Amino acid sequence: MNCRAEVLEVSVEGRQVEEAMLAVLHTVLLHRSTGKFHYKKEGTYSIGTVGTQDVDCDFIDFAYVRVSSEELDRALRKAVGEFKDALRGSGSDGMGQISLEFYQKKKSRWPFSDECIPWELWTIKVNVVNLANEQERQICREKVGEKLCEKIINIVEVMNRHEYLPKMPTQSEVDNVFDTSLKDVQPYLYKISYQITDSLGTSVTTTMRRLIKDTLAL
Amino acid sequence: MDTDLSSQDRKDLDKFIKFFALKTVQVIVQARLGEKICTRSSSSPTGSDWFNLAIKDIPEVTHEAKKALAGQLPAVGRSMCVEISLKTSEGDSMELEIWCLEMNEKCDKEIKVSYTVYNRLSLLLKSLLAITRVTPAYRLSRKQGHEYVILYRIYFGEVQLSGLGEGFQTVRVGTVGTPVGTITLSCAYRINLAFMSTRQFERTPPIMGIIIDHFVDRPYPSSSPMHPCNYRAGEDNGAVYPSVEDSQEVCTTSFSTSPPSQPAALGVGSADMGYPVLFAGGLHAAHPHQLIGPGKEGGVPPIPSQPAHGTQADQERMCTPLDGVHYSAATPSSSEDTETVSNSSEGKCGSPHDLLETIFVRKVGAFVNKPINQVTMANLDIPFAMFAPKNVELEDNDPMVNPPDSPETESPLQGSLHSEGSSGSSTGNTHDDFVMIDFKPAFSKDDILPMDLGTFYREFQNPPQLSSLSIDIGAQSMAEDLDSLPEKLAVHEKNVKEFDAFVETLQ
Repeated sequence: MNCRAEVLEVSVEGRQVEEAMLAVLHTVLLHRSTGKFHYKKEGTYSIGTVGTQDVDCDFIDFAYVRVSSEELDRALRKAVGEFKDALRGSGSDGMGQISLEFYQKKKSRWPFSDECIPWELWTIKVNVVNLANEQERQICREKVGEKLCEKIINIVEVMNRHEYLPKMPTQSEVDNVFDTSLKDVQPYLYKISYQITDSLGTSVTTTMRRLIKDTLAL
Repeated sequence: MDTDLSSQDRKDLDKFIKFFALKTVQVIVQARLGEKICTRSSSSPTGSDWFNLAIKDIPEVTHEAKKALAGQLPAVGRSMCVEISLKTSEGDSMELEIWCLEMNEKCDKEIKVSYTVYNRLSLLLKSLLAITRVTPAYRLSRKQGHEYVILYRIYFGEVQLSGLGEGFQTVRVGTVGTPVGTITLSCAYRINLAFMSTRQFERTPPIMGIIIDHFVDRPYPSSSPMHPCNYRAGEDNGAVYPSVEDSQEVCTTSFSTSPPSQPAALGVGSADMGYPVLFAGGLHAAHPHQLIGPGKEGGVPPIPSQPAHGTQADQERMCTPLDGVHYSAATPSSSEDTETVSNSSEGKCGSPHDLLETIFVRKVGAFVNKPINQVTMANLDIPFAMFAPKNVELEDNDPMVNPPDSPETESPLQGSLHSEGSSGSSTGNTHDDFVMIDFKPAFSKDDILPMDLGTFYREFQNPPQLSSLSIDIGAQSMAEDLDSLPEKLAVHEKNVKEFDAFVETLQ
């Protein structure tokens, strides 16, 4: 199966990195999360309810909607925080990318570990700019806000193509498709990784895995 | 393969489309209320959360939507439209966006209604939640309050985009194919937000006894801000409009993981479709109080208890809570025919004491008060009377409203304040030299009382000289200063290194 890949690019000021990344990641996860599944007898299941909430950005003239789940928000903030710190680190000229990958697990027989098969990959390329004065910052606030609006429209357009989505799993398979560790919502299995382009042009890959019932490689 | 829809599937599909339409309206209207929305996730299905999304139902909005639908569903040639418009405190209005829920003929016969269509409709609602925050009207709606409010109107039928101005843009939220057609949700929004004033100079008389500021303490107890604006007297909040729960319809929350060939077990209630509703066209009540957000910044301008601005008000619902209202007709002192909406607040005399003067009076300029139909030069007790137009209809000639292009002071009042020594000069029209007129400061009557505003102006324009600047003392201190200069310079030169170090710390 081919993995659907989408790339978004943004140029932001340093202090806007976190909010811009969260806005994009939360918008994607809003579309890729369902309510909690409750399996009943006879192969039926019911689905819980997903709440949403508005988030206003402090450094960007922008607002977005995210899933009402503090656990999910914390996980994303942790990943974005690490990305932001890495971007600031030495050797970086302010360029990097953060990736959100949705995958399915395919059980393999012992002694092989389960395979992770990605089915959708979102990559956000970030270019951090330095601004000289307050007037430029104000312009940047508005411009980045407009750019993010365009990105949200792009994301929605992709989501509504109704391309491949994993089949709804049976109870025994649900953990191969969904992240069932959260108590209030159920996103598809995902992981976030990032790359920083250092000044030499080489990339330093750091992967932060976010897996439930993780199977360690032998 | 059986391509015809089973009756159960047909019923389910109709119900999904109906509730999708209702939820779409809720999402759009709630996104324009001007408040941040927050709903909780729940791991247990409640049976009343359609499409597994926590979207609250504002009863009046549901009621309006049902009235517009009139028991029909969006179909080919029959779209459900939600029009979002902006209305200023002066009565001017402008359409901002039109959200359209349409159906076309492209059918997807093989799609599973109870599962795939339902989930895709859920996805489309999430997309709608996201898109409603990125169109320009969202930011406008978050700032609504004194100067303008956001209204919505639901209609059914052909989409009318002419009110959006030139060059409007469209964004497609998404599509969902069904066996009876493809549902499309899109938005056309205005991008030219320069306010093209369509104001008529013959205005309706100002509303009396209504207050512009929702949350400001007012000295007039009869105009309490908490009066609900209500076209139907004696109406209780929520008592009139049936909530969705009353419909006895449960939403699908159970799905099956069985293969498609087997019948799916659904927890669907009775597919009762009958909502006898007529398309809304008449007078409606405004929102009940429960929509008021307690933390709303700046308050909300109420609307008049009777429609003051023509039939448009009848058909439009406020997206904000409303009370008995007054829109002060004060125009900004630098207003011109076109002004951007964001500038509409500049120069407004919004202070409460102005209300005394605005009731019964039409303001054509910030510093000019004149009663309607009584504008003659002789009995005008206004400052800079020569600037008042002779004909009240010809607002175009009013320099306070339309400042002439040729060189002019920023405002006549400012000109007089900055004048040197003269008590009341101001530039006349461009053809004359300076004209001496009596100095009559704005908001001031004749200078009968001592220490009136005029007296204050005169005094502060001619303050006594500072003692240090008086000639005798000044001359003496100057001589002393000059003598002490060399000593001071010597001291400073000694401390050069300290100064340098200090400058270093600043960099």
